[in-house]
Amino acid sequence: MATALRIDPDKCTGCMQCELACSWVQTGRFNPAASLIKVHIFDEQAAYTPYTCFQCNEAWCMTVCPVNAIAINPVTGAKVVLEQVCVGCALCVIACPFGTAFLRPDHKATKCDLCGGEPACALACPTECITVGETSNGEEWTGRLAEQVSARFREMLEGVA
Amino acid sequence: MGGWAGRLLRVNLSDGSCTVEPLRMDWARAFIGGRGLGARYFCAEVDPTIDPFSPHNKLIFATGPLTGTSASCGARYMVITKAPLNGTITTSNSGGHWGPALKFAGYDLLIIEGQAQRPVYLLIVDDQVQVRSAEHLWGKGVWETEERIREEVGLPGVRIASIGQAGENLVRFAAIMNDLHRAAGRNGVGAVMGAKRLKAIAVWGTRGVPIARPAEFLAAQWRFRQKLRASPVTGEGLPGFGTAVLVHVINESGALPVKNWQFAHMAPDETGSDAERISGETLKARYTLRNKACFACTIACGRVTRVSEDGRVRHAVLTSPRNWRAAEEGPEYENIWALGADTNVDDMDAVLKASFLCNDYGMDPISFGATLAAAMELYERGYLDDSVTGRPLCFGDADALVAFTEATALRRGFGDQLAEGAKRLCERYGHPELFMGSKGMEFPAYDARAIQGMGLGYATSNRGGCHLKGYSVKAEILGVPEKLNPRTTAGKAALQKKLQDATSSIDASGICLFVSFGAELEDLVPMLAAATGVDYTLEEVIRAGERIFNLERLWLLRAGFTGADDTLPDRLLRAPIPAGPSRGQVNRLHEMLPEYYRLRGWDETGTPTSAKVSELNLEEVFG
Repeated sequence: MATALRIDPDKCTGCMQCELACSWVQTGRFNPAASLIKVHIFDEQAAYTPYTCFQCNEAWCMTVCPVNAIAINPVTGAKVVLEQVCVGCALCVIACPFGTAFLRPDHKATKCDLCGGEPACALACPTECITVGETSNGEEWTGRLAEQVSARFREMLEGVA
Repeated sequence: MGGWAGRLLRVNLSDGSCTVEPLRMDWARAFIGGRGLGARYFCAEVDPTIDPFSPHNKLIFATGPLTGTSASCGARYMVITKAPLNGTITTSNSGGHWGPALKFAGYDLLIIEGQAQRPVYLLIVDDQVQVRSAEHLWGKGVWETEERIREEVGLPGVRIASIGQAGENLVRFAAIMNDLHRAAGRNGVGAVMGAKRLKAIAVWGTRGVPIARPAEFLAAQWRFRQKLRASPVTGEGLPGFGTAVLVHVINESGALPVKNWQFAHMAPDETGSDAERISGETLKARYTLRNKACFACTIACGRVTRVSEDGRVRHAVLTSPRNWRAAEEGPEYENIWALGADTNVDDMDAVLKASFLCNDYGMDPISFGATLAAAMELYERGYLDDSVTGRPLCFGDADALVAFTEATALRRGFGDQLAEGAKRLCERYGHPELFMGSKGMEFPAYDARAIQGMGLGYATSNRGGCHLKGYSVKAEILGVPEKLNPRTTAGKAALQKKLQDATSSIDASGICLFVSFGAELEDLVPMLAAATGVDYTLEEVIRAGERIFNLERLWLLRAGFTGADDTLPDRLLRAPIPAGPSRGQVNRLHEMLPEYYRLRGWDETGTPTSAKVSELNLEEVFG
């Protein structure tokens, strides 16, 4: 079992408290530009979605790293950057299909490490859009949304067949 | 140091210069920020007697020390300028994400001076500031302006404050819009931007906001947030229904002005209209898609809404093509009142359309709706006819509402006269008594005959008819923190003074005024102290509020206003409400005003005494 963030976009109000909390943990300032969780606002569609690394099982950031600077935290299961090892080559940033690994101004890679098991974004979220749970596989990350999407996908497949 | 960024950005549009200055920290401490610090710079730099449209007027965008922090509702910025609508000093407030972005770029204040030769927009990315051509954006609405600038700048997170066509056309109640739907709405601040030919200000900041005493701040903001959550208003009412919940509440109190304040209660047998059709409950059930918050807001009173399917095809009266989008924002209670109740249009789709148009054209729906209602009364009484208006203009005409929203923003036909505001309109046709406002600004949505303290608030607000500078409706109707009888005048002078001072402090801190429904000023003080590192006490913060209010007052008196302007229209003082729950009431301002002056430390002409001026350390402001 591992720690996982569950995100339910329907509950998001776009308040950015998660970005504030994350940037505080990263930099000791309130600075959403440095947040590792990003809230995407789609005004025309009335859709708001917080989005960050979902600690995928097949972690390309970790696989691609030439110096083994990304490792799995045995307690939380999070893929974490080992700062002393990281050489700042940015291959993880390029490899991540979801755009959730970043290069800091000091040329060290950075990504969500689940705050060591107590994610600040979830603590800060006022609407329980972001919550923390346990998971045995990465699919649970998006919770209900993932279920809905896969249900729709199954329906589509059945329709084709 | 924390909270404050410690710098201001000064942009002169006449010569294109952009300079960064250190903040006057002695002023920051005494006036906190936002409304207070902005007013301090404004009073030091702008002659009160200038024409608001002249290049000598300045436009100050001011954040507070809590703007951009995790303090609940720390999203606000204030616009301080001399108002084109009525010549007062105005402090117009907006939320969204723009204010925090300015702070993240490292500025507490942005001061705009001079006047550009050709349309321009400003791009601020941290320390890089550019004045760019906006020729291609001139004539565009707010939505399109934001989209184009975002594409052009190539930063998805860039935040934009802009004017629509109303600001360009110097509509005297044009707004500055940010993040598509948020407005620094009143007094015509958008027209000052239009006169300076400044179309928009785009900001992206990566410097962040430092905090002086981090652990203390985190604890204080957490307590503050829990307090808001536990309150019935900020924890349930506003998140559940938004501000529109007030339509029924105020109507049932007999305080909802209808037909240019001829009535104060909307009911089928009195006004021929039904408040149910434009209520918060109807908005929620039929038009609302979801809740939306401003930056750092844990309340989320914003409503994302859309025009209904059948509503789209009705009121097809616009001359320019308009696509009713699948998701827009609003209308707030004030919009519903001005566009719906005051004009007696109980058609939610028409109200939504007019509200969305106001957002896109960048225009204050309160002043616009109130001006249209005054025109409707002039028309029904025969002081205006079709040869002037170009079409029938009776109360309850939804088509006229939608058509004139567009015509006013574009200054077409009779809209050109509406764009001057209700006072000028009523004077032009020889009936100044039909103007429902004070100090030249149209009143908002609460009948002061039914809520005595609000009347005193309207009469003494430093920017004219405004509910936001001393919202006594909170105590007199909503019962926060305790219920007072709205019909009595006893104690209302003290209530208004207390609220006006506390509101000035909240407006200076960078936090939304709505927190005052769930928390007290003393809950705010620990956050201010921890963020800035200044050991503010409650007394100091209250005193700062009083200082700010008196500073604005001193400027007003120098601009030519006198105590005689602290008044209400005859209709409110002498014409009793004809029907409904508050039948027979008038406002008894004369019972409150002398006591108010005395409590303020002002003489009988409404001028702050020299003792009061020196007690507040305001002697050196005007030299």
